[in-house]
Amino acid sequence: MISKSATIKNEAGVHARPAAVFVKAASRFPCEIFVEKNGQRINGKSIMGLMMLALTRDTRIMVIAEGEREEEAVQTLCALVENSFVES
Amino acid sequence: MQVFGQGEHAYVSSIDPEKLTEPLERYFNYPIAGIVFTHENHPPEQFLRYAVENRTPVFVSALRTSKFINVFTDFLDAALAPQTLLHGTLVEVSGVGILIQGKSGVGKSETALELVQRGHRLVADDAVRIVCRDGSRLYGFVSQTIEHHLEIRGLGIINISDLFGAGAVRASKRIDLIIHLEDWDDKKEYDRLGLEDHTEEILGVEIAVMTIPVRPGRNVPVLIETAAKNFNLKSRGHNAAKKFQERLARMIRDAAEN
Repeated sequence: MISKSATIKNEAGVHARPAAVFVKAASRFPCEIFVEKNGQRINGKSIMGLMMLALTRDTRIMVIAEGEREEEAVQTLCALVENSFVES
Repeated sequence: MQVFGQGEHAYVSSIDPEKLTEPLERYFNYPIAGIVFTHENHPPEQFLRYAVENRTPVFVSALRTSKFINVFTDFLDAALAPQTLLHGTLVEVSGVGILIQGKSGVGKSETALELVQRGHRLVADDAVRIVCRDGSRLYGFVSQTIEHHLEIRGLGIINISDLFGAGAVRASKRIDLIIHLEDWDDKKEYDRLGLEDHTEEILGVEIAVMTIPVRPGRNVPVLIETAAKNFNLKSRGHNAAKKFQERLARMIRDAAEN
């Protein structure tokens, strides 16, 4: 299992569109992916779960991955968060 | 938390204010989280002064003492109950609270949609807040941000309450049964008889669990509906699998005797 923290950078927080971008990117990995805020852990491939966290700008989250290609998944997803959900 | 009922209130109010100083000094030396006066009684002025000095909150309740203690105990139970967040979709099917679990893309939300279509209710899609009450009952809640909504691949986010009416959703439900949806695995053995009860532990509570393998041609919502009805029958003491087993055993015995 690998985890890495990231900070939300975009002004409007993680609303529907950024959540969809994140979930799409997460779903490309075969491993299990979780996002954690203040001890609340949701499935990183679930758009409803991610929106439930109602993440605002400057919130620190943990991206956790377990299984095949976990290292790559965590790096990619954290970079995505730090890049305001714009895929590079 | 200290409750001042009729008797206690009458007592502090009856004491000469001068004689009250010393007992109040001692009383407020104890670490008290808060004080409640019931029956809409108000504390004597001197008492309030001490409370303010010691930064102890004082509340007045219109309820009678026994009622207040009931309501407050209930409130504390709920507020301090252990809770967790689980990945899964919670629905109410024929009165049975069913938590549908399974990995992303297995069809939890689609199953919930079909169940709503058939007149059942959605509680929460994909993220369920679970609270344990009395150490023996689990309740699932939907978080306000996502309530009434369902995410369906290809359709996007839809509002169940707007589409199907207020009766198609509810904010919370006691969880009776967990159903795992998983892709059909030819190597795995699935329950063929339903004679044994399987359970899974959440927050220390054992909940009945079933695994339903998903494969094209298997109508999962109908299976879940049937599981719910069967669960209702079982809780009324009627176990179809056991009855069938007993009948079969009897017929075999009779056949052997003749």
